[in-house]
Amino acid sequence: MWRRRSNGGASASETREAPEAREAQQTPAEPQSDLTIDALGRKCPIPIIMLAEQINVVPLGGVVAVHADDPAAFTDIPAWCRLKSHGHVATYDLPRGGWSIHVRRNY
Amino acid sequence: MPLRAAPVSVLTVAYLDAASTEPLHPAAREALMTALDAGWADPARLYGTARRAQMLLDQARAEVAEIIGARADEVSFTSSGTQAVHSGVLGTLRGRRRAGHRLVVNAVEHSSVLNAASVHERDGGEVETVGVDLTGRADAAAFAEAVSRPGTALACLQTANHEVGTLQPVEEVAGACAAAGVPLLVDAAQSAGRLPIPRGWSVLTASAHKWGGPAGVGVLAVRKGTRWRSPYPEDERERRRVPGFENVPAIVAAAAALRARAAEEAEEGPRLSALVDRIRREVPRLVPDVEVIGDAVARLPHIVTFSCLYVEGEALLTELDKAGFAISSGSSCTASTLRPSHVLEAMGVLTHGNVRVSLPRGVSEGDVDRFLAVLPDIVRRIRASLGVH
Repeated sequence: MWRRRSNGGASASETREAPEAREAQQTPAEPQSDLTIDALGRKCPIPIIMLAEQINVVPLGGVVAVHADDPAAFTDIPAWCRLKSHGHVATYDLPRGGWSIHVRRNY
Repeated sequence: MPLRAAPVSVLTVAYLDAASTEPLHPAAREALMTALDAGWADPARLYGTARRAQMLLDQARAEVAEIIGARADEVSFTSSGTQAVHSGVLGTLRGRRRAGHRLVVNAVEHSSVLNAASVHERDGGEVETVGVDLTGRADAAAFAEAVSRPGTALACLQTANHEVGTLQPVEEVAGACAAAGVPLLVDAAQSAGRLPIPRGWSVLTASAHKWGGPAGVGVLAVRKGTRWRSPYPEDERERRRVPGFENVPAIVAAAAALRARAAEEAEEGPRLSALVDRIRREVPRLVPDVEVIGDAVARLPHIVTFSCLYVEGEALLTELDKAGFAISSGSSCTASTLRPSHVLEAMGVLTHGNVRVSLPRGVSEGDVDRFLAVLPDIVRRIRASLGVH
C-alpha cells in the first residue's frame, strides 16, 4: 500500500502522488519559529487542539512549530490550516522521528 | 469492567455501512435457497445433476456478463472481490511481461490493488502512483502521461472511491490507455449494480456482497485480446482462470441480486442520492467545524464522508454505536492499523474525526433523520471532554 515516506531527510514533496498538502516541504534545514508546541507522543486530535488553542499567542504573521509524531498530524495540520485559513509554511522531519510542522498565523 | 445491557435493541440499529457490505438482497436469498438444492453438484461432470449445476452457472454468468457489458466467455467468478483484483492485476502483469514491468495505479485505489502492486514491486517490478485532488479524483492528465511511458504493462483505476464516493475519470483514462496500447483494470466494486459500468476496460473486477449478493463471490472479466496468465497454479475451473470448485449456489444468488439491484436502481439510486445530498447539506449546518469530503456531484449515490475537527474517530464511532448506528470511519484509531486511511492521506483532507455514512438499499428516511438529530450533541460532548467548546 502506498504510504508517504516518514524518515531521513527525504522530502515528501518528491513523491508524485503527494498532492497539495505535501508541497510545502522543501529543505531539511528548519528555520526559527515564534513558538514551539511539543505534541510528541500525543494522538490526533490533541496536537491540533493544542495548535488551535495557542495560534493566537504569536503575533500576526508569526509562525508556530508543532512537533508531532502521530502520522495523522502530518496530514491533519495542513488540512486544519486550509479549513481555518492559516498558512501551512512547511513540514520538516525531526531527527528522532516525527515532524516539525510550521504554521503561519494569518488573522 | 461491569457488564452492561446493550442500550439499543439489535432490531432498532440503523445500518449505515453499505460500503463495507450490503445486506443480502431478498432476490439473492430466494435464489440461494433454490440453488442450494438444484446446484450443489460438480459442474465439471457429465451426469444430470452436474449438468444442471453447469446450466445454473452458465445462466448466472450470462446475466452478470450482460449487466457489466461483457461477453459471457470473458467472465469468471472468484471467491472474493479481493481475489479478483489480485488475480486481475498479477495475471495481466504476467501476461504482459514482454511489454514491460511498469504498473500505474491511482493513490486512492482499494488496498487489494495496492497490495498486489506491492507484490509486483517486491518481485522487481516498478509501480508509479498517480495522485488525486482534494475531492479524491485521480489526475487524468497525470495518469495519461504515466501510461504513455515506455514499458507500461498495466494501469489500474477504480470506478469510484470506496471511502469518499468520488467518481473517477475512467473513460478519459481508458482513452489514454487505448492510445498508449496499455490495458486498463477497472475495479468496479463500489459501483457495480448502482451505476452503469464505464466503457473502455480491459479487465474488470467486482464483488457480489457489495451489491447485495452473498459473500464469497467476486467477478473477474478479461476482455478478449487482453493478455492474461493466471498467477496461480493452473486448474481446470473457470476456463483455467480461477482455481477451486465453483460455489454455484452463491454465484446464482449473486447474479439474482445484481439483476434485481440493477432493475431497482432507477428508483432507489436517486432516492439514496437525495438522502446523501441532505446529509452533505445538513451536517455542516448542524455541527460546527466539519469538513464534508469528496465530490458533491460526481459521486456514488450512497456514500458520504465527513470529518469533525477536534474529535477522536474512535470516540465518535463508539457513541454512534451506543445511539444505534452501525457506521465506519477512516480515522487511524478506528482501523486495525495506527495509520489513518491512505485515501484521506492522499487527498490531504482531515483524517481524524472521520465518519463514512453509506446507505443500504431500502434505508428509511427516518434513520437519516435520527442520525442528523443525534450527531450534533454527540460531537459536542466529545469535544467538551477534550476541553473544546
